[in-house]
Amino acid sequence: MQQYFEVRWHGRGGQGAKTAALLFGEAAMETGKYIQAFPEYGPERTGAPVKAYNRLSDGPIRIHTQVTDPDVVVVLDASLLESINVTEGLKKGGAILVNTQEKAEVIKKKLGVTDAKVAVVDATKIAVEILKRNVPNTVMLGAMVKVTGALEWDSALASIEAKLSEKFRGRKEIIEGNVKAIKKAYDEVEVA
Amino acid sequence: MKTVAKTGNEAMAYAMKQINPDVVAAYPITPATEVVQIFSNYVADGEVDTEFVAVESEHSALSACVGASIAGGRVMTSTSSQGLALMHEILYIAAGNRLPIVIALVNRSLSAPINIHCDHSDTMGSREAGWMHLYCANSQEAYDSLIIALKTAEATAVPAIVSTDAFILSHAMERLEVLEYSDVQNFIGEYKPRFSALDLENPKTYGPLDLQDYFFEHKRAQIDDFSKVLDAYDKAAKDYAELSGRYYPAVEEYKTEGAEVAIFAAGSTADTAKEVVDDLREQGRKVGLVRMRMWRPLPVEQIKATLGKFKAVAVMDRSDTMADFGGPVFLETRGMLYDSEEKPLITDYVYGLGGRNIELTDIARVYDDIEQVANTGKIEKLITYLGVRGEK
Repeated sequence: MQQYFEVRWHGRGGQGAKTAALLFGEAAMETGKYIQAFPEYGPERTGAPVKAYNRLSDGPIRIHTQVTDPDVVVVLDASLLESINVTEGLKKGGAILVNTQEKAEVIKKKLGVTDAKVAVVDATKIAVEILKRNVPNTVMLGAMVKVTGALEWDSALASIEAKLSEKFRGRKEIIEGNVKAIKKAYDEVEVA
Repeated sequence: MKTVAKTGNEAMAYAMKQINPDVVAAYPITPATEVVQIFSNYVADGEVDTEFVAVESEHSALSACVGASIAGGRVMTSTSSQGLALMHEILYIAAGNRLPIVIALVNRSLSAPINIHCDHSDTMGSREAGWMHLYCANSQEAYDSLIIALKTAEATAVPAIVSTDAFILSHAMERLEVLEYSDVQNFIGEYKPRFSALDLENPKTYGPLDLQDYFFEHKRAQIDDFSKVLDAYDKAAKDYAELSGRYYPAVEEYKTEGAEVAIFAAGSTADTAKEVVDDLREQGRKVGLVRMRMWRPLPVEQIKATLGKFKAVAVMDRSDTMADFGGPVFLETRGMLYDSEEKPLITDYVYGLGGRNIELTDIARVYDDIEQVANTGKIEKLITYLGVRGEK
């Protein structure tokens, strides 16, 4: 069977879980991968728990099913740890990355994870500091790339920057701010 | 050719941009809204020459398309589910007037209960309207198919529906290759309608009353012309393969060589099933897959020749006929094979209604079942509702 690298993003409506999945997918494609990026659609309400997914492979991807056993889980909002089983289906030897102020060890204990990597970064703080808004999604991409090692850093960063430039057409401070924040998350992510 | 990342909706909108139709009249509906929205951005940004007609309903959308097509324009629209249902009466009018309109459609269940997710009830309910219909398995195919369908439609004066699975394809970003604008334009060529209401030198009457005296002859001629679509499609698909390197037969066979049993399925599920076939083949099991890409007109001879080889076939239907006899693909498949000397035992699996997820394990179970049918020569259960609570 073909090998897939699968990611599940947890966020709350409005935090940009879907956008993060799309950006990550496009960045992965720039490094030569075949990709899928898709949200789980339900009633969309700001603040309600949402999920989005990535599937990466070196060859064409034919399966069009939900991701049930992700290699990596990314949690954009730590309050979700209280209400959702974010480690559900997480593969042995995989990784879970949480946006939180807590230490990685604390989150590891809280989640009861023993056979996967647990990583934390305070993406909210970075976002508020640099972007002046609580938008942790792009910030988390930096930590994500570092923790998983799934993508080559330079080309991933270049791709994300290009996509942001397209989206924010010339609004330099937003594009540069995002890149700075992504780099900071890359540097500050802590693994247990 | 360049590699891009696009959702099914983005891929279809991009194909429409490169087709650059004269007129698009559309009304947005989930999950096809983005096709209309993205295309209207192209219009607003001056990236296409299209006259975009914002209408108040899908009935009006297709009516405006009919008018524009009678006037001699190259015309497209996009819809889904209830939208197609509201277009229903105009579907027949477009086909009967031989207007090669193309719909970029997203397959979604019909209410009630209300649901925005995938099944094939919408298009299956319009299967007798006289439209060519292609089911796509991924975003790449959605992009390619709109271009091939437009070429086929205009060559035969038969309208066409190209569809993707709601959310599974429409909202999933995938990697695909797109052609250059000039390549698409050269491939589809200039549209030369046989008749045009704007041709003042040759005035004609369009859509007149046609009663007992000639209606039947005109319908017979329409049916006859419909039968020519398959050849025109084959030619367009082969020409397109030369241009793109991607060939899409009306009926696709996957690892059917030496297979004793096969699944007959359409849409994204058929793509997913290929993975299961690979897996089971590695275990030495004689399984294959036949994908129904073209559903109208029915590629009867191809389907008969292909499915006739197996001991057992499982049809996968993403809709039901409410005939208490399974899904439409099942009924028609059994009908096609009735006169064949060699024919498989055929069972039906109605699945995925309202977007119910179908897993690799569900598909593997279907293969388990039909291997047993092939081995015993007996059908234990003719119609199975797969993945629904309370049923095995």
